[in-house]
Amino acid sequence: MIAHSIFFYTFSLIAIISAIMVTASKNTVHSVFFLILDFISISCLFIMIGAEFLGMIMLIVYVGAVAVLFLFVVMMLNVAQQKNQWFAAKDSSKHIPFGLIISTLIFVEIIIVIGGWKYKPEIFDINNSFTQLSVSNTHSLGQILYTDYIHIFQISGMILLVAMIGAIVLTFRQRSGVKRQSYIKQISRERAEGVEVLKVETNKGVRIDD
Amino acid sequence: MTEIGLGHYLTLGAVIFSIGVIGIFLNRKNIIVILMSIELILLAVNINLVSFSIFLGDLAGQVFTLFILTVAAAEAAIGLAIIVVYFRNSGTIRVEEIDRLKG
Repeated sequence: MIAHSIFFYTFSLIAIISAIMVTASKNTVHSVFFLILDFISISCLFIMIGAEFLGMIMLIVYVGAVAVLFLFVVMMLNVAQQKNQWFAAKDSSKHIPFGLIISTLIFVEIIIVIGGWKYKPEIFDINNSFTQLSVSNTHSLGQILYTDYIHIFQISGMILLVAMIGAIVLTFRQRSGVKRQSYIKQISRERAEGVEVLKVETNKGVRIDD
Repeated sequence: MTEIGLGHYLTLGAVIFSIGVIGIFLNRKNIIVILMSIELILLAVNINLVSFSIFLGDLAGQVFTLFILTVAAAEAAIGLAIIVVYFRNSGTIRVEEIDRLKG
């Protein structure tokens, strides 16, 4: 039980400090890094409390997709303090300590959660109904997600589809002055408009107009 | 103190929620930080739902957390797309320079 409390205080302290740093740090890239650290801490808490599936999904969705999307947009819009050259030799020394600190913290958290996983039956003795059935969390979640909540599940899939199409439509840009290959134009070309048979007179040549 | 109960997790959720709200109001940089604060708020809601679900022994909270995760991902994608389009049109995403809707 003491191990559980030590783990809880460690993870929640890291989560709170990194949440403060997300809002307080001057550089937007550092904010995104601290957001990643925050998500990883909370997902470690979820794994320790017994919601393994949600912890892993949170790692995949947030750290793998959303935070990388944030980082990509920040770097693309170039809005942070340093205006240019994220990885130039002069400025990169400011980013290296942040990256080292955050990645070391993430590594330590993962090591702790692996250690906590081994002592899992004794660090939390919660008398909930679904852990006593010798069914894993993912299994039981899937059993009710695909039966009781199937309509909401389908609707959330539709939400993701609409969000994807909306993001594509919003950022789509029709550029002018760019030459593109048009297959329809190429295929539907007739012989009459491409080739012309001329009667060439001697010593005159042919006038080409195109 | 050493007994970690439901109250500890709810307190953690409340603290992160408050930090997210403060980050929205005190933000003087750009809109992306506001979007990150919204993600923090949704994360706090997820903490509350998961801890209630674990301590009360009902799986519905985790299912709703899954749906909140879906909606948060969709919201982040749409919001970032809007930010990219706005930056392309106006050249800035600083908070105090975005006053077009005020007229």
